[in-house]
Amino acid sequence: MDLKFHDVEPTPAERTAVDDAVGAPDSTWEGAEERSADDLRIARGGHAARAQRHLLLPALAAVQSEIGWISPGALDYICRRLQVPPADAYGVATFYALLSVEERPGCVAHVCDDIACRDSGGTAILEAFADRDDVVPSPCLGQCDRAPAAFIQRAGSPDLTLAPTAVSEITAALEGAVPEAELPNPTPQSDRSGMRVLERVGVVDPSSLEAFQASGGFSALEKSVEMGAAAVIAEVKASNLRGRGGAAFPTGVKWEGAAREDGPRYLICNADESEPGTFKDRVLMEGDPFGLIESMVIAGLAIGAEHGYIYVRGEYPVATSRLRSAIDQCEAAGWLGNDVNGTGRRFSVEIRRGQGAYICGEETALFNSIEGYRGEPRQKPPFPTQSGLFGKPTVVNNVETLLNIPGIVLGGGEAFAEIGTKDSTGTRLFCLSGSVAVPGVYEVPFGTTLRALLDMAGGAISDIKAILLGGAAGSFVGPDALDLALTFEDTRSAGVSLGSGVVMVFNETTSFVGTTRRIAEFFRDESCGQCVPCRVGTVRQEELLARHLNGADLDRSLLDDIAAVMADASICGLGHTAATAVRSAVDLGLLEAT
Amino acid sequence: MSDVTITVDGRSVAVSDDATILDACRDLGQDQPTLCYLENLTPVNACRVCVVEVEGSRTLVPSCSRSAEEGMVVKTDSPRVRLSRKMVLEFLASSVDLSQSTEEVHSWLDQYEVDVARYGPQVTGAAPRDGRHAGHHAIPTGLTAETVDQPVKVDNELYIRDYAKCILCYKCVEACGEDAQNTFAIAVAGRGFDARISTEFDVALPGSACVYCGNCIGVCPTGALQFRSEYELRQEGLWEEDEQTVTRTVCSYCGVGCNLELHVQDNRIVKVTSPMDHSVTNGHLCIKGRFGYDYVQELGDDLASTPIDIVLKRARSG
Ligand SMILES: Cc1cc2nc3c(=O)[nH]c(=O)nc-3n(C[C@H](O)[C@H](O)[C@H](O)COP(=O)(O)O)c2cc1C
Ligand code: SF4
Ligand code: SF4
Ligand code: SF4
Ligand code: FES
Ligand code: FES
Repeated sequence: MDLKFHDVEPTPAERTAVDDAVGAPDSTWEGAEERSADDLRIARGGHAARAQRHLLLPALAAVQSEIGWISPGALDYICRRLQVPPADAYGVATFYALLSVEERPGCVAHVCDDIACRDSGGTAILEAFADRDDVVPSPCLGQCDRAPAAFIQRAGSPDLTLAPTAVSEITAALEGAVPEAELPNPTPQSDRSGMRVLERVGVVDPSSLEAFQASGGFSALEKSVEMGAAAVIAEVKASNLRGRGGAAFPTGVKWEGAAREDGPRYLICNADESEPGTFKDRVLMEGDPFGLIESMVIAGLAIGAEHGYIYVRGEYPVATSRLRSAIDQCEAAGWLGNDVNGTGRRFSVEIRRGQGAYICGEETALFNSIEGYRGEPRQKPPFPTQSGLFGKPTVVNNVETLLNIPGIVLGGGEAFAEIGTKDSTGTRLFCLSGSVAVPGVYEVPFGTTLRALLDMAGGAISDIKAILLGGAAGSFVGPDALDLALTFEDTRSAGVSLGSGVVMVFNETTSFVGTTRRIAEFFRDESCGQCVPCRVGTVRQEELLARHLNGADLDRSLLDDIAAVMADASICGLGHTAATAVRSAVDLGLLEAT
Repeated sequence: MSDVTITVDGRSVAVSDDATILDACRDLGQDQPTLCYLENLTPVNACRVCVVEVEGSRTLVPSCSRSAEEGMVVKTDSPRVRLSRKMVLEFLASSVDLSQSTEEVHSWLDQYEVDVARYGPQVTGAAPRDGRHAGHHAIPTGLTAETVDQPVKVDNELYIRDYAKCILCYKCVEACGEDAQNTFAIAVAGRGFDARISTEFDVALPGSACVYCGNCIGVCPTGALQFRSEYELRQEGLWEEDEQTVTRTVCSYCGVGCNLELHVQDNRIVKVTSPMDHSVTNGHLCIKGRFGYDYVQELGDDLASTPIDIVLKRARSG
């Protein structure tokens, strides 16, 4: 590969940001300033240089976060360092909403106007800032229990999350203030007795390894080492644990599949949580970061992986810093590294931060994102357990899925399978938001009814008009669904899905027209653009709704055709589900009532 | 290599185990529509016009890339398949200028009864789309159907880029990159409907890595990438494809032996292509074979006698 670069130099600050992210350059071939005698004799830039492509997104993110935008000079320097063609790097940079290739203000507020926040003040905040270029609308920020939310990107300083927030607070934050707010308890459930996954959240200090170990932390890892990999996988299979990320695939089967393939193998914790209405993974990572690391080490050793990644969404600065601190402490104490707790086994964990792309939560898009390519999903087959990250066998698991593992190891798969129902074993976290008295994350055994779940949260505020189950990729149900048992099988036969555990309640004050339209906007914004059904279908769906909202009759047959091609012919789950919620809103008559 | 047997629309066919469903269909003489697939490129399976129904599969599958597996039962003309193909073509026809796409494309538009009117009048007006930011878009009124209409990029003497005609099939990116040229001058930038083919920071081609091999033009199915000569002649209403002859010859510049197809109108070369089925280059060329034909038809000042000469001369001189 013979790459052409430009004659633009990075500024010293840009150079430092990149070098801090990817290391100092070895030679002028990779963009060093001082030419050494060797540089004239030895050409570099072969395979070894190109094998660094996976550092592209961290390098771009570093420049964005230090400088506030990615200039031609910075991009060119990154490309020299990593031997990536500039056009490719530009294609990657422009894929992510949090990266800017145009100069812009150093502080930018992303104000959520997604389905939970829009009617709780998000839209009003945006209107108040309508004339400013440093305040932009944002999709769900994973703070729906504290709506309205904002995320502040600050060049040269750590990013901030504000939730619940207000115009005055955002104004102050854009001027450099760091507001200190008392956060509501994210796990307000009063009866903690049935908690397995949330056990430590809000109870054990998330910043302290000692506190974690005093609460039984790492005992499951020790037991799993005694049991051996095959026995751990057997217990996970016996537990019938199914993935909590949305697809509900049996975890044990996935692990077994990857363990059967030749290595190297990878483990990825999917913490990209961007499904509108979902915030449970954030609460888990903020509240029990060590628990997630322990779960990952157990999983990594069981499938025979030596390296794991946590892909955490870029809008979660608190979760990221707590995880980073937990990893550092675990490395220092020997729970991670070349000899995990004296077992002679190697396992390390690396954090990768997303940069504002819902699609990167789709597992194959996530691989491309880590590898330094655009976050475009891959056609399956081959499946990740055969050919995943870097083309190697890979297990991708959701945060909540993984945090079920220590309990399974300690108590046995059979005991786990006793909880819940036969096909939906264990407990499930639900993200309650919208018109409920006490929003937050609740943990209940599978089989709990929607009504019982809402009662735990103090019930709905005034009469329920509709409930969004499963997120923007899920569907609206009416109040007649309150007796639905929350299991994979019951929701499936009712034609809905649990998705990522979203339960968002709407009453008669909701503008369903606006809410439904926002969902259509979301899919249009988040489509990767690779395949025609979803790239154009999400636009046509939004236009069709807009037409209807402007007074035209709803063209049901066209909506059905658009939905059919997206569900049938798209590459990935985003396209497959992009019309589900919209159609359910139409079916429930929610758009007519307003 | 062992054979696998699959059934396509009730007919059984044996193919080698590295064959795709599309290969099997072609063996049966049942070609399927394809837009992003080309024999000499790695499948990206992005356009989805080639989808077929496979028994046991929840969704439709792209025939161009999905391997034929023993016992597969495939339907290429079921109501589901027909609807999805119709919709894919409708989505493209309602958002992209397909007027200069291949004849095949137009025959599929008829075959699948594409009706773009149901999306409303198409937006034209040609604002550049290069600055669009991922995750944000202007909220539509629904009164018009959004399109990719935008100004033509004319920034060099040899070829133009008219991305209002681009269906984002990725073929040019593949030809410029790993599948042929290894130059990586262009890539997909942006996201969703705002995704586009671009150089870094949208710099003009002369400032980019482009070496003007024209291999991107060779694979483009929509006329989004065109010889400058073809573009200028079309602008003047002088492009007469029916009157052109195509002469196959061997490139005279070096010893590799690339085959050239000279497209000639009014005794003038108006563009050069290369046959895909040729073992030396599989349809790809370099700048010399693609564009270096002036010496066989010197268009000197005093030779500029016909309108086509004038247009060609203007195209050459930038
Ligand atoms: C558009 C899209 C977005 C997704 N986002 C996430 C996500 O943020 N977190 C997650 O765990 N899974 C997400 N998934 C599901 C993953 O592809 C994958 O199924 C999951 O991470 C597997 O883990 P599990 O088996 O533990 O659920 C998403 C899927 C799609 C199609
Ligand atoms: S369905 Fe949408 S998000 Fe998924 S690959 Fe296709 S365009 Fe991308
Ligand atoms: S002419 Fe060749 S080098 Fe230039 S963009 Fe096209 S394929 Fe790439
Ligand atoms: S320019 Fe042509 S080849 Fe390139 S993506 Fe567009 S339609 Fe395909
Ligand atoms: S944080 Fe605003 S909708 Fe979730
Ligand atoms: S030709 Fe098969 S997906 Fe495009």
